[in-house]
Amino acid sequence: MNTDSRSLPRWIDIGLIPVINIALALIVSGLIITVIGEDPLVAVTVMVKGALGYQEGIGYTLYYATNFIFTGLAVAVAFHAGLFNIGGEGQAYMGGLGVGLVMLGFDAALPIALLLPLGLLASAIFGAAWAAVPAYLQAYRGSHIVITTIMFNFIAAALMVYLMVNVLIQPGQMSPQSREFSMSGHLPFMHEALAWIGIPFARSPLNVSIVWALLCCLGLGAYIWRTRWGYELRAVGHNERAAVYAGVNPRRVIVVTMCISGGLAGFVGLNEVMGVHHRLLLDFTAGYGFTGIAVSLMGRNHPIGVVLASLLFGVLYQGGAELAFEVPAITREMVVTIQGLVILFSGALAYMTAPWVERVYHAVKPRRAPAASEA
Amino acid sequence: MKSVSTLLASAILLTVSTAVSAADLKPAVVFDMGGKFDKSFNQGVNDGVMKFNKETGLKYREFEITNPTQREQAIRKMAQRGSDIILGVGFAQSSAIEKVAKEFPNTKFAIIDGYVVAPNVQSLLFKEHEGSFLVGMLAAMASKSGKVGFIGGMDIPLIRRFACGYEKGAKHVSSKIGVIQNMTGTTPAAWSDPGRGAELTRGQFDQGVDVVYAAAGYTGVGVYQAAKDAGKLAIGVDSNQNYLHPGTMLTSMLKRVDVAAYTTFMEAKNGTWKAGIKVFGLKEGGIDWALDEHNQDLISGDMKAKIEAAKSAIIAGEIKVHDYMSDKSCK
Repeated sequence: MNTDSRSLPRWIDIGLIPVINIALALIVSGLIITVIGEDPLVAVTVMVKGALGYQEGIGYTLYYATNFIFTGLAVAVAFHAGLFNIGGEGQAYMGGLGVGLVMLGFDAALPIALLLPLGLLASAIFGAAWAAVPAYLQAYRGSHIVITTIMFNFIAAALMVYLMVNVLIQPGQMSPQSREFSMSGHLPFMHEALAWIGIPFARSPLNVSIVWALLCCLGLGAYIWRTRWGYELRAVGHNERAAVYAGVNPRRVIVVTMCISGGLAGFVGLNEVMGVHHRLLLDFTAGYGFTGIAVSLMGRNHPIGVVLASLLFGVLYQGGAELAFEVPAITREMVVTIQGLVILFSGALAYMTAPWVERVYHAVKPRRAPAASEA
Repeated sequence: MKSVSTLLASAILLTVSTAVSAADLKPAVVFDMGGKFDKSFNQGVNDGVMKFNKETGLKYREFEITNPTQREQAIRKMAQRGSDIILGVGFAQSSAIEKVAKEFPNTKFAIIDGYVVAPNVQSLLFKEHEGSFLVGMLAAMASKSGKVGFIGGMDIPLIRRFACGYEKGAKHVSSKIGVIQNMTGTTPAAWSDPGRGAELTRGQFDQGVDVVYAAAGYTGVGVYQAAKDAGKLAIGVDSNQNYLHPGTMLTSMLKRVDVAAYTTFMEAKNGTWKAGIKVFGLKEGGIDWALDEHNQDLISGDMKAKIEAAKSAIIAGEIKVHDYMSDKSCK
């Protein structure tokens, strides 16, 4: 079925079919919402308006999208080397720990201009280090990376609980969280940054790390398709043995790629710890690492696709929260159902509609574009 | 026929009372990650606010959060929508309440299990160690093997406070008693993992434990089931869970979050609400142990007398139950 869609022009393949898939998901969701006695049109309106209809909502949508871009890119880069990184959750957790430690250590002594690059570096190094161990085990000991990265998620969670409860907890507090960083340890919020240049924007957790997320997209795209290392990475992903024949050392590529992947996931910690909460706390990753897998698959492992899929997931998260808030009959479980349907139709069943679209397309189009189906 | 007409009458009454008083108070509650149907902590709060709704006819807004960032978002949104009193459920919401309370000085806030100092915040704190002490005594008295078990959700200070009170209570009965502790996990999934709860419980039974106390949210359901299957005893937590398995549920440690939630809304309605700390212990009736028709056969007259005596002694201050939070240790 994959080959079928190839005979379609690109705008249908990457533009129209996803729209049809989302529409199908919304129709099925609408049926379920009707069954529980609510108006599906109202629900969809609330969801879309809540995510994109006003500044605060947009801010939250983009804030979620920032996390998904980082974890989506992390999964995508590993995927190009034929690796399945399920450990985004743990790598993000560790990245946050790295940022948090730097901030707790230096927030009184250094200005933001120094803390920002330090935090950036710390989150990348901690995330990369957490990915490096499974990568080494895969490359040199043959332990499957899917298994080891999943296990490392649990080790990260256990380590964080230990550190937060016993070492980093703010004394006298019931809640296992560190003290708040001083102002120089806060990434500027987007509404603050925009206010400096005279643009008013409602307050939201959106902060400047989204700029970094977009830079990472550009950088990763250039790395994968425009550098020698990227070529080696793709060569290993396509055929490891052929890559060896071409003089590539797959073991090195696996370790380097996983470090990049882990570093990218670690930036979630930058967004959450330095950008939003301004303190170390438990569970700030909230499943973003796992969602990154769906984001990457939906974005076809391409940086631009990842950005678009991240936006979609951002809309689903923020719109879903809004929906649960505005319509009491729609619980958060219901919201998860709707999110699941969208993922099912636009991810797992991405090519389900392609043959039908193709049939319609060729019934309408052949007179004007006869050569289109030859390839 | 009769029941239909009474139903109709009460429905009319309800709408009338809603119409009359809808203008005066708009309460709101923000549940935490466990969700309002966790059969335990959040559900207790849900029972309390539902009781408030039933008695006063006042509607309330509610939200169940799914990630940490939503705490602040939901609380701020409630305030923006003009809620008069906003109840945060669980210590994790403390910093969010603290932040939003500053932005909305004219809105009332309340937090269960959290401690926030602000002129418009009421902190509702519980002395879980006192109740855990009592059920620890019961466990030690009911145990034939001389070993009792504790299953916690996550290894966080709040749960250590439960565990510490329980251990002290058991040791109060006999210094020779052995207490085995296990935590379910390190992620929030630990609060809703009955399968793992059951597995840990069986592990403790294999080590000779014959009474087990769970402070692990929905995970406890698996603990109680495992106890029933093995014919051993279990102790419930937060809500009265005795009814789940009559005959093997020794008792439940009651943490009346429902009373706390109901009272803070009621006070706001009646104009008697005050900011500050409200502590719920044995003395205030906010903490207790459960004795009802489901477990009365398991509790002998002697046990009951001893527990009631200990309860009065704690209230009178003759027995001081060590609070884990006071020095972060359980020595």
